[in-house]
This record gives sequence, C-alpha cells and structure tokens, in this order.
Amino acid sequence: MTEPLSVLAQVEIRDRGGDASCEQANDLFCPGWAIENFDRYVDPTLEHLVLVGASMAAGFTIAFALALLAHRFNWLSTPFLAATGVLYTVPSIAFFFLLLPITGLGRTTAIIALTAFTLQILFRNIVTGLNGVPGEVKDAGRGMGLSDRQLLWRAELPLAVPEIFAGLRIATVSTVALATLAVFANGGGLGVPIYEQIEFKTNIIVAGGLCMLMAILFDVALLLVQRALTPWLRVAR
Amino acid sequence: MSTDRSRWRALLVLLAALVLSVGVIACGDDDDDETGAADTAAEAGGQIQSNPENGDVTITVGSKNFTEQIVLGEIYAQALEAAGYRVNKKLNLGSELIALKALNQGEITGYPEYVSTALTSFFDVPPEQVPGDPQRGADQAKADFEKQGLTSFAPTPFASANAVGTLKSTADELGLTKVSDLEGESQNLTLFGSPECRQRVDCLVGLEGPYGLEFKKFTPVDIELRYTVLDKGQADLSILFTTDAQLAAEADKYVILEDDKGVFPAGNVVFVTDQATVNEAGPDYQETIELVQEGLTEEVMQELDARVDIDRQTPAETATQYLQEEGYIE
Amino acid sequence: MTPELPLSVLGLFGEAFEFIFNEQEAQTGTVMVGGPEQVLELAWEQLKITAYALALSLVVALPVGVWLGHLGKGEMAAVSIGNAGRAVPELALIAFMAAVIGVGVVPLTIALAVLGIPPILTNSFVAVRQVDRGAVDAARGMGMSEGDVIRRVELPLAVPLIMGGVRTATINIVATATIAPLAGVLTLGDFILSRNVYGDEGVLAGAICIALLALALELALAGLQRLMTSPGLRLQRA
Repeated sequence: MTEPLSVLAQVEIRDRGGDASCEQANDLFCPGWAIENFDRYVDPTLEHLVLVGASMAAGFTIAFALALLAHRFNWLSTPFLAATGVLYTVPSIAFFFLLLPITGLGRTTAIIALTAFTLQILFRNIVTGLNGVPGEVKDAGRGMGLSDRQLLWRAELPLAVPEIFAGLRIATVSTVALATLAVFANGGGLGVPIYEQIEFKTNIIVAGGLCMLMAILFDVALLLVQRALTPWLRVAR
Repeated sequence: MSTDRSRWRALLVLLAALVLSVGVIACGDDDDDETGAADTAAEAGGQIQSNPENGDVTITVGSKNFTEQIVLGEIYAQALEAAGYRVNKKLNLGSELIALKALNQGEITGYPEYVSTALTSFFDVPPEQVPGDPQRGADQAKADFEKQGLTSFAPTPFASANAVGTLKSTADELGLTKVSDLEGESQNLTLFGSPECRQRVDCLVGLEGPYGLEFKKFTPVDIELRYTVLDKGQADLSILFTTDAQLAAEADKYVILEDDKGVFPAGNVVFVTDQATVNEAGPDYQETIELVQEGLTEEVMQELDARVDIDRQTPAETATQYLQEEGYIE
Repeated sequence: MTPELPLSVLGLFGEAFEFIFNEQEAQTGTVMVGGPEQVLELAWEQLKITAYALALSLVVALPVGVWLGHLGKGEMAAVSIGNAGRAVPELALIAFMAAVIGVGVVPLTIALAVLGIPPILTNSFVAVRQVDRGAVDAARGMGMSEGDVIRRVELPLAVPLIMGGVRTATINIVATATIAPLAGVLTLGDFILSRNVYGDEGVLAGAICIALLALALELALAGLQRLMTSPGLRLQRA
C-alpha cells in the first residue's frame, strides 16, 4: 500500500490504488486496527472514568444529604423530589450550555451537569430505602436505647443498603453512557474519539464498546460491594 | 574496478548534492528575512534548530474543527516546539468565529485560517470579490487583521475551497460539470451539508442566491459524513472540500462541480496571530511557521488528509511524518 | 469570580431571550436566524421525532413486556434488557446508525427507539408481574378470558409503572434527539451545534428551549399518568 512515488526530502505520496485495507475500506469492524491503535483510547477512557467518578461521588454526597434531611423532615420529600426531578428531566447537553455563562465549557461544566442528572435516582432510592425499614426494627432500636442518630447509622441505613445500591447501580450505568456527550461541553471522555471520527465504524465500536464495558464493570463492582455490606442477606439464602 | 566504483560513487554523491541544493533553492523561502545569524532557528528549506531564547515564550496553537485544520495545527505546533518554544495545543475549537473569538480572548495565540474564510466571514467581503491571487488575498487579509491588533503570516502554497460534489455516475447521468448546470435539475436533487451550511454565504446561501438554485431537500449531517452520504446513495449532492483525500484516492468515483460564479472562493491558509505575541516571540515565530508550510502543496495536503481520513492515522502522527519527510525535524 | 459576573450572566440570558423572541442576523452574516418561528419549527421537529421513536418503542416493547409479565416468564431477559439499555452510549448509537444504516428520519427513529424500548419493556413486565395475584385469580374465577384478564385487570393496575417507563423512555429520547442535526434531522439542538452561526446567545437560547420542551413533555406525561391511573390506585399512591 505505501509505495513512495516521490523521494528526496518530500512527503511520500502513498499509492492507494490497490486493495484497501480493512480500516481504509471502513469495514464494520477491524480487529487488527483496534488492537494496534488501542492506545488512542487510553486517555479518553481515563477522562471518562474521572467524569463518572467525580459526578457519582458528588451526586451521592448531595443526594444522601438531601435524603437524610427529607428523612428527618418529611415535608421536604416532595419539594426535593420535584427539584431533583427537574434536574433529571433537563437533557444534559442543554444543561452544559445553560452553565455556559457561569462555568464556561470544560470538565467542570460536564461534571456539574452529570451530577445533576444522578440526583433524582439516588435521592429517591435512598429515601425509599430508609422508608422501607420495618417499624419493628425502629421500635426495637429505640427500645435498646439507641439515639435517633445511632438508629439511623446502625439500623436503618444498613437495611436500606439494597435499595440504595440499586439506585447507585442505575445511576452509575446511566452516567457512564451519558458521559459520552461530555465532548460537546469540551469535557473529554470517550465521546471525543467517537465525535472526531464519527464515520469510522471500528472507532465507534471500540469507543462505544469500552463505554459499555465500563458500565458493566461498575455495575458488577457495585453489586459486589452491596453483597459485602449485607452479609445477613446471604445467610438467609 | 575499485577506482571506477569510487568514481561512480563520487559522481553519485555530486549528483545527489546538486539535486538536493536545487531542491533546497526551489523550496527555499523567498521572503526577505535574515539567514545565517546564530540566533535564528529556521534555515531556508532546512532543519529547524532549537533556539534556547525561545524557551520563555509560550505559544498556544489552535485550529478549527476538521481534519485538515487539525493536521495544520499539529504541524505548526510541533514545528514551534522544535524551534524551542513552549507550545500548548487547543485544536478542534469549532468554526471560524469561535476560533477568532478564542484568539481575541487570549485562549490561543494563533491558528491557521483560510484567506477566503477570513475575508468573507470576518471582513464582510462578498465571495465573488475575494482576490484570486493568493498573495493579494493574504495581503488584504493581513491589512484587515492588523486593524484589530492581529496579524497574519505568508500564505501556504495550497488553497482549499468548499465545493459541490457528487458521484461521477450522477454527474455523467445528468451531464453536470459546473454548478450552473444544476439549474433546472436541482429541484429533484437532495443536497447534504453541515448544519451551519444553511446560513453561510460560501455554502447554501450562495447556492440559493447567486446561483438561484432550489433543492428538493437540504439535509444537515456532520461534516465527517460528507462522503458517507454520497456512498450510501442518500445524497445526490454533498458539500465537499477541494483538498479532500477521497477526491484523490477515488478520483473515478467523485466529481466536483466547477464553481463558475465564484461563490466558493479558494483560500490559501495563513497563520493568524496577535501582534503582541509576534513582538514577544522574536523572529523565529514567523520564520518557523513560514518555513514548515512551504512543503504544503495541494498534493501534499491531500496526502496528509488521506493519512488521517483514509489510513486512519492520528493528526499528530501525520504531522510528525510530514515534518520528518520534508526534513524540517529529525 | 469578578463582581461583574452576575451582570454579564444576566446579560447573556437577556440576549438569549432576545434571540428567542426576535429574529436577528446570523453571526455569519446576511441570513436571519432565531425568533419564534424558527424556535417553534425546530421544537416541533424535535417533538415529531420523539413521538415517532416513542411510538415505535411502544409498539415493540409494550406487547412483549405485558405478555411476558402476564405469563410470568422471561424475567431475566426483561430486566437484563432494561439494564443493558441504560448502558448504551447515546453518541455511539447515533454515530453507529449514521455510519452503518444512514441518516434521516427513519434511521434516527430506529436508533432512538433502541433507547426507548428497554425502559418500557422492563417496566411493563414488572408492572404486570406485580399485579396482585388475588385479583387475577378472582378475574379468572369470574370466567374472564386471558385477553380480558390482561385488558381489564392487569393493565389498569399496571398503568402507573408502565407510564413510569414511558416517561423514562421519553426523557432519554428527547435528550438524544438534541444531537439529531448531526444525522439528518433538524431539532433544537441545531442552536447548540452551530454555535458559529447562532453565537453564544443562540446557544443559550437553544439550551433554554430544550430544557423547557423536556420539562413540558414530562409534565404532560405526568398529567397523562394521573388521568390513566384508576382512582382507586391514585388514593393508594399518596
């Protein structure tokens, strides 16, 4: 394929007249190319991890705080649900550019928008988890002399773990997928290689595949953590 | 025998040196800048030397958002780095107004711009009045830039333009060689272009205005899909660039319609930068840029575009190859 | 954060609203852009493609989910598809569709339906599955056919959850329809993607309009859900 037609301190004009290689012909998937050029996807994958990690951490912290408040003051449930609902409904790309005047474009903007997206799922699941704790458990706890705070951390939250983690898993998987759009906010991530060569099929499959793989791995990891945190459920099986 | 061989060898060396020096003189820059001084980095037609004095200057090279631009940005960035500058890259910014804004706001120190785009988009010159002569165009752009505290350097050898393209089969079938031939036909044809083509004078607006064409439908697609839609038979016509790799690689497949009314002016590339940086960065800044772009003929630019768009190399890799193959860097 | 920041923020928002309500010259010159006509036109296009994709998703996912839920079979599949669907990266999906199938309304509808099918499938399965067995048995005891059982007992009780799935599907579809201009269909995303033409105020205007559109849809669907939920259930949900 690369036959130099001109020499001597000049750019070699390659001969592309012969058979096109897999990537030149843009066949559906070129495993050879994918393996050879895998290092192109390393940085975007790391950026993607940062986007997801940061927004999940921030989202969980905020949602947790809101949920605890709503658990304490029941009337806060509805307004918080409505507020997080709005943040969930507004499409992330629109959110990126609503933030344009305030944070401009970049990773920060992307993280803020992704965090906003996760809040409703997390908030709702944490609240449901806490509300789902049977009354007898709370009574028993109070009977044992536990303060409200101890009750929360020692009895209610552990029992709410399955529900909380269900929310975490849903939110994380969704965020991994959504973070591909961060490229429009100049926020990096796996969306960048996709967008830069949007017609190169192998590229889309590799970047998209890495994305889905990341989602699956996060999902499994969270499931394992959940199992580790709830040993009593395993015994019951 | 051995003396014969050594004589042949000597002759060959002489010949090579002759050809090399002819090549150097032919490709050497014809600008009026100082050479031979110990503190300049660029040597006409030769390798870039790193100049330690440049180490205090940071240059941020930008580019617009398509392959050719990103490759150019990489070439300039790597060249400036070889010359000893500290270089940051902010490539793939967006279209021209966004790049200009980034330049004016100091986000970047310079980026490559097409003279035609600069004149029509920044300085409101009607497309038909863009000078055909590259030097005149570059001078006009430079004069206009200087009114804004910016400046631009010498033009590249190659020029690029938007163009209406189609499959050769379609062109043959409908007898299309120039854009005006579309008169009477265009109502039955679909045109595909970037979303912003709808509002650009050097795109759909120019086709509907001066050419007076009406299309069956205009469909927006990402700029990278301009050949895909032709290949898939979805588009009758597509907006292409004259330096596209695919035009050379598959010359029998695609055809560009001649722009007989001059709505799509061709533009050579000039590196646009702000005057403050030019003063601060010393002579190597302009010299290096103008040196490395000497090799960018249309054929070469197309080849570089091909390496990215067809061979699937990265723009950075391609730029390095260009600089090495032309002998600008090791 | 300079003291001028609040003012300039307000300024840009002000310009954005100006853009929505008054046509103005494009940044690229000559052509007029913005104004209520263009905004409504693009909003309507976005609604249309959302509706098409939602319709396709419903046609494919609803019968399958309901039937499987009724039979009580295929739980693993239904839930897995729901999980997998959430993991599909939106940009890769659109890019893949454009590169492999093509661009335009039909391919885009299919691609968007891929996003809409999983939540509807999972939710309709779970919704029907969790209907009180007692009610179903009673209905069968009364001599209702299987079809009747589904239509008159299971579905009405399943409505809230199914509608939840529809709402999720709609949010996903509407959000992804924002980047449709890359693949042949002009939606409000055009304002955002062509920042060169519309300027920052146009971009912000687009973002505002998209947000409002999504919220309006969500409210409409929430209202619809309320209407369709039988009164008995409505009391229960409070």
